[in-house]
Amino acid sequence: MTETTQSQSTIPVRNQWWDVWDQFKTHRGAVIGGAFLIFITLFVLLGPYLWQVDAQKLDIRNKDMRPFYIGLFADVKWSWSRPLGTDHLGRDIMANLIQGGQISMAVGWTAMILSLFLGTLIGVLAGFFKRLDGILMRFTDLVLSLPLLPILLVMMLLFRDPLRAAFGPETGIFILIVSGIGITSWMHTARIVRGDILAIKEREFVLAARSIGTPPRRMITRHLLPNVMSPIMVSATLGLASAIITESALSFLGLGFPSDFPTWGKILFDSVDRMAAFPERVIWPGLCISLTVLSVNYIGDGLRDALDPRIRGL
Amino acid sequence: MLDAAPSKKPLVEVRDLKMHFPIYAGLLRRRVGEVKAVDGVSFDIMEGETLGLVGESGCGKSTCGRAVLRLYDLTSGSIRLEGKEIGPTPQAALRDMRPRMQMVFQDPQASLNPRMTVQAIIQEPLDEHTTLSTKEKQQKVYELMDAVGLNRRFAGRYPHAFSGGQRQRIGIARALALNPKFIVCDEPIAALDVSIQAQVVNLLEDLQEQFGLTYLFISHDLSMVRHIATRVAVMYLGKIVELAPREALYSAPLHPYTEALLSAVPEPDPSLEAKVERIILQGDVPSPANPPKGCNFCTRCPKVMDICREVEPETREVRPGHFAACHLHEITSQTAGKTAAQKEANERQHGE
Repeated sequence: MTETTQSQSTIPVRNQWWDVWDQFKTHRGAVIGGAFLIFITLFVLLGPYLWQVDAQKLDIRNKDMRPFYIGLFADVKWSWSRPLGTDHLGRDIMANLIQGGQISMAVGWTAMILSLFLGTLIGVLAGFFKRLDGILMRFTDLVLSLPLLPILLVMMLLFRDPLRAAFGPETGIFILIVSGIGITSWMHTARIVRGDILAIKEREFVLAARSIGTPPRRMITRHLLPNVMSPIMVSATLGLASAIITESALSFLGLGFPSDFPTWGKILFDSVDRMAAFPERVIWPGLCISLTVLSVNYIGDGLRDALDPRIRGL
Repeated sequence: MLDAAPSKKPLVEVRDLKMHFPIYAGLLRRRVGEVKAVDGVSFDIMEGETLGLVGESGCGKSTCGRAVLRLYDLTSGSIRLEGKEIGPTPQAALRDMRPRMQMVFQDPQASLNPRMTVQAIIQEPLDEHTTLSTKEKQQKVYELMDAVGLNRRFAGRYPHAFSGGQRQRIGIARALALNPKFIVCDEPIAALDVSIQAQVVNLLEDLQEQFGLTYLFISHDLSMVRHIATRVAVMYLGKIVELAPREALYSAPLHPYTEALLSAVPEPDPSLEAKVERIILQGDVPSPANPPKGCNFCTRCPKVMDICREVEPETREVRPGHFAACHLHEITSQTAGKTAAQKEANERQHGE
C-alpha cells in the first residue's frame, strides 16, 4: 500500500520554466531578438578588449575618414585601422560605438527597471487599496502633466554638482540621469497596471483567496501580479526604448554625460549637422539604438506569450 | 425552534442578517440610497445537514452566502459559527476562522487563478494555514485530488486545460483542503452541463458523508435542491419567505411565491405536463434599492390582500418546522383578527 502511494506520489513534475522556454523558442521574432540582444551586449561588453582603440583619442590628421565599405568603391580617405571611419576630431567611430553602447544600455536598463518598479508599485497600490486610489492617481496625473524635459533640466542643474562631488563625475551623472528618467516615466505603467488590477480584483479567484484567508500582500504577489505580467512586460520593452532615447535627448541638450563621454544618443546628435556629408555617423548609432529596442520588443512579445499558460497550451 | 430534528444542534446561526450596498450618484458622489441585497435574513443550519437556498436571479442568494462567510462587511446582523460570533469581527481577525468555513464558487473558470497549477491552487489553503513540509503538502494535495476524483497526473497542469466539471472538482478540492465543517456552495452546478451536474452533486453528497460536512447549497435549480437538501429556504428580494423541511415545502408550499416557483419546475412526463397548472407571475421583481411597502411580494402576488400593501408580514411557524412570512397564514391560522395576529406576531419573533 505504501509502495503504491509512494510510486504514485513521485510522479515527476516537469519544471515549468522548461515549458516557458519551449514556448519561447517557437516565437521566431523573439529568438532572433534574443540572439541580437546577446550579440549587442557582448559587443559592448567585450568590444573594448578586442578593439583596443582609445575612443577619446583625438587624431586631427586622420579626421573625417569614411568607412571601409565606401572607401573600397570610391576615392575617399579611409583606412582598415578605422573600419567605420572617424569623426570631425579624428575619433574612431567603432570604439565610440562600443563605449557609448555600454553607457546607453546601462542607462536604458536601469532606468527602465526603476520606472517599471515605481509604476508597478504605484499601480498595484492604487488598484488594490481603494483608499489610496484617489490620492495616488491624482499624483500620477500631476506628474504626467509636468513637462518632462524642463523638469529634467532643472534636476540636472540642481543635483549635478552635489552628486558629482559625492560619487565622482561619471557615477554621479549616471545616477542622476537614471533616476531622472526613471521618476519621469513610470506614470503610464502605473495607469495600465492600476486598470488591470481593478479588473482582476473583481474576479472570483480573488474572492476565493479571500475566503481562504490570504492576506493582502500575498494576494498581490500570488494572484494579482502574475496576472498583470503581460502589460508590465509591454511597458518594459517600450520603457527601455524611451529611456535610451530620453538619454540621447539629454545628451543632445548638453545636459547628459560630459562631452568626453560618448553614448549612442550623443554620437547621433553630434553628427546630425553633417548628416548629409557623412551619413554613416548617424546610421550606425541609429541602427544600434533601433535594433536594440526592436529586439527587446520582440523578446517582450515572446516572453509574454511564453509566460501565459493559456497560450503555452498546457 | 427553527429545528426540525431537535437532537442536533445548529452549526451556523444567522440572525437578522442585512447586507446593503450603497448607491452613490450625482456630481459629488453622494450616497443617495442603498441596494438592500439581503434585508433581514434569519436561519439556522444544523450540523451535517444541507440547507438549500433557492430564489430567482438577483434575489440575494449569492450575497447571502458570501455574507455568511464574511466575504463582505455586514451592514448589520449576527452570524454564529459553532457558537462563535463572527458577524462584526474585522477581516484580519477572521483569518483563524477561515479554515472552518469554505466556499465552492459558481463559475469554475473564474474561480481558479489561470496562472497557477492545480497543485498550487489546491495547496494555497495549506500554505496559508498549515506548517506542513513541501512533501507533506504534495501528499495532501494528491489525497484531495483522489477524494474529488481527479487524476494525480494532472497536478502540474493549468485550469484552462480542464473541462468545466473537472474545474469544479478542483474548486471543491481547494475548499476541502483544510477540513472545514461548513461549506457554502454558491450555485456550484449552474455553469455545468446537465450530465456533469449530477456527477458534481453526487460528489458533494459523497464528500458530505465522508467528511461530515454541512452545506449551504445555493441554487435556482429546484429539482437539484430537492435532491440534495435537507431543508429548503426560499428567498425573494432579500428576504426569506419560506423555510421548511424539503418534503413539506415541495408537497405543501405555504407562500404564494413558493407555489409559483414550484409550478415552474418542468415535468418530464408529457401526459402529466399537460395537466400542470402554471402560476404565471405578472410584472417584474421590484428594485432592491426601492422595495415596496408592506410585503415585498405584494406587487406580484396572485393572492394579494389590502394588509399586504401596508404591513410587512412576520416570519411565523405555521406548521412544526415550517416557517413562512405571509399574511395569508396569519389570518387562516389565527381567527382572532388582524390586530391580534399582528400583536402576537410581534411578540413571538421567529427563532426562539
